[in-house]
Amino acid sequence: MAGIASVGAQRTLPAGVTSVALVALVAVGIVPLIGTSYLYEAILTPFLALALAGLGLNLLTGYAGLLSLGSAAFMAVGAYAAFNLSLRLPFLPLPVVILIAGGVAALTGVIAGLPALRLRGFYLAVSTLAVQFFVAWALNRIGWLSNDSPSGIVSAPRLIVAGISFEDARGRYLFSLAVVALLSFAAWRLVRSPTGRDLVAIRDHEIAARITGVRVARTKLLAFALSSFIVGVAGVLWAFAYLRTLEPAGFNLDRSFQILFIVIIGGLGTLRGAFLGAGFIVVLPLVLARLGAAMLGDGFDSGTLEMCQRMVLGTLIVAVLIREPAGLTALLDRAVGRLRGRAD
Amino acid sequence: MQDASQRTVPVLRRQNRSEVAQLSDARSSRRGGPAREADRTILAVEGLSLAFGGTVAFAEIDLSVKAHEIHAVIGPNGAGKSSLINAISGLYAPQAGRVRIGDASFARVPSRQLAALGVARTFQNLALFAGLSVRDNILSGLAGDRTAGLAAQLLGLPSARREAREHLARAAAVIELLELGSFAERRAGSLPYGIQKRVELARALVARPRLLLLDEPMAGMTATEKSEMSGFIRTARETYGTAIVLIEHDIGVVMRLSDRVTVLDHGRRIATGTPAEVQANPKVIAAYLGLESEDVADEDAA
Repeated sequence: MAGIASVGAQRTLPAGVTSVALVALVAVGIVPLIGTSYLYEAILTPFLALALAGLGLNLLTGYAGLLSLGSAAFMAVGAYAAFNLSLRLPFLPLPVVILIAGGVAALTGVIAGLPALRLRGFYLAVSTLAVQFFVAWALNRIGWLSNDSPSGIVSAPRLIVAGISFEDARGRYLFSLAVVALLSFAAWRLVRSPTGRDLVAIRDHEIAARITGVRVARTKLLAFALSSFIVGVAGVLWAFAYLRTLEPAGFNLDRSFQILFIVIIGGLGTLRGAFLGAGFIVVLPLVLARLGAAMLGDGFDSGTLEMCQRMVLGTLIVAVLIREPAGLTALLDRAVGRLRGRAD
Repeated sequence: MQDASQRTVPVLRRQNRSEVAQLSDARSSRRGGPAREADRTILAVEGLSLAFGGTVAFAEIDLSVKAHEIHAVIGPNGAGKSSLINAISGLYAPQAGRVRIGDASFARVPSRQLAALGVARTFQNLALFAGLSVRDNILSGLAGDRTAGLAAQLLGLPSARREAREHLARAAAVIELLELGSFAERRAGSLPYGIQKRVELARALVARPRLLLLDEPMAGMTATEKSEMSGFIRTARETYGTAIVLIEHDIGVVMRLSDRVTVLDHGRRIATGTPAEVQANPKVIAAYLGLESEDVADEDAA
């Protein structure tokens, strides 16, 4: 038995470690050397924030099988909690602020998850939609949350940790990268832990999970808490590192759907899926815009160009999902498998 | 030479026995029961009745299963066998009667405490966690035995690591027992039906339950697979001393495998006894002959 286990470990571990190490090398070692502020501000930082949100939602929807349309609400809760904490308790260091903000989002997630003890699938999705609308309403209605700003738009506090400023474009990228790396590692630990197994067990067969002793209600709420924590921190990154402002409209239903699409296109129930999906959703439109501008030149106005972009993106999404319903992760795995097969 | 071998054999045997004794000691100390379980009644169903609306699933069923016993429940389709298992495991709420598991007695068994009560089951239709590997499915069978909290698991604290190691060893033992080694890392959903049935048995067994409910573990299997599965069920009983309630359609399998048989017909218990007694029971013969003549008629009509 030990032999089989170690063979399995040998086969999977080095490949995973190598690819993670490779990505880390590029992200930390190479990108900061060659990056432009356009690359950081328009591509990498929003990519990281949305990938993190996708990662959080994937724990809930991909692993535990609980459908949520309230991701943007949890992002908003995280972002506004962090804003108010740093505004009203200025002595708190930023990491502590982010941690507490994630905690507030997690608490909101647990409350939002209560219906999941009774509801499943689309019905649960509708009940999380209620959270989405409630948070939007509360942010518009309660002026105190946005420091009574007349426009509702407030500036995010400065990104300074232990006296080191992360204010420039590269700094904000590196800050986001650190947070995303840390939480991705935690999520990786989680999905490989017995609790991660419980999540999948509930998704695949709830009654069998209950019979084998999984504490179903507790585990579902835990899934909501952990997922919302991560999504909340993603909201902090989105507001503090990417936009540098907060406004309720930035966390509307469109954003929730965007995150859900990231997870579906990337691959439900895989950690890599969130990153691949976020790459697809964030990076591809920018690439398409550049391509379109280069190819069509000035003959088209920007409105038509954007419309064309959306059509191409939509077609690509449909094409990917028809080709591989399990998402980009499965597509990538197959491609890698084929390459390896050829190499052997 | 002869002396040496004579000396080693009893020693080995004693080791084996002490392992089994440790098992049952651990089990009974955990459940708070006496150490000797051999003659204990593990499951007692007393006057249990269940109806869905006006349709009676079964009525006034009595059933008792002792430790180490394989007790088959047979009967024609619709006799209420699966409903009985579902009521014993708390998925259905019976209208009357009680279910006693060990020392605890319930009007409705709380299904979320089933694992803690030392009961495990399999389902008529596969109920595996399709997205998990075979090994992870089997490890999930130990969910009720876990004590390490989430923080301990995430931080890899010694307590969580020790528990994970123990559980991996227990899963490995069951994988070996049921000859699932070559499938251990495969996704359960991708395996052939017969193997999935075996994985489900493994997931139930890994918790070393004192009562195991098997709802048609051999449905849809070939004769070879059935005899394999019978062997595994017997091995499970010998290894873990588990009492087993078995629903099965194949009378041949039932007669060879079980110690006692209860026959249901139209939701009523019509006989209980050893396989030989039941086979000779006129009521049982009538129920089955009736069914067979119907079958024959059906076949003629078709």
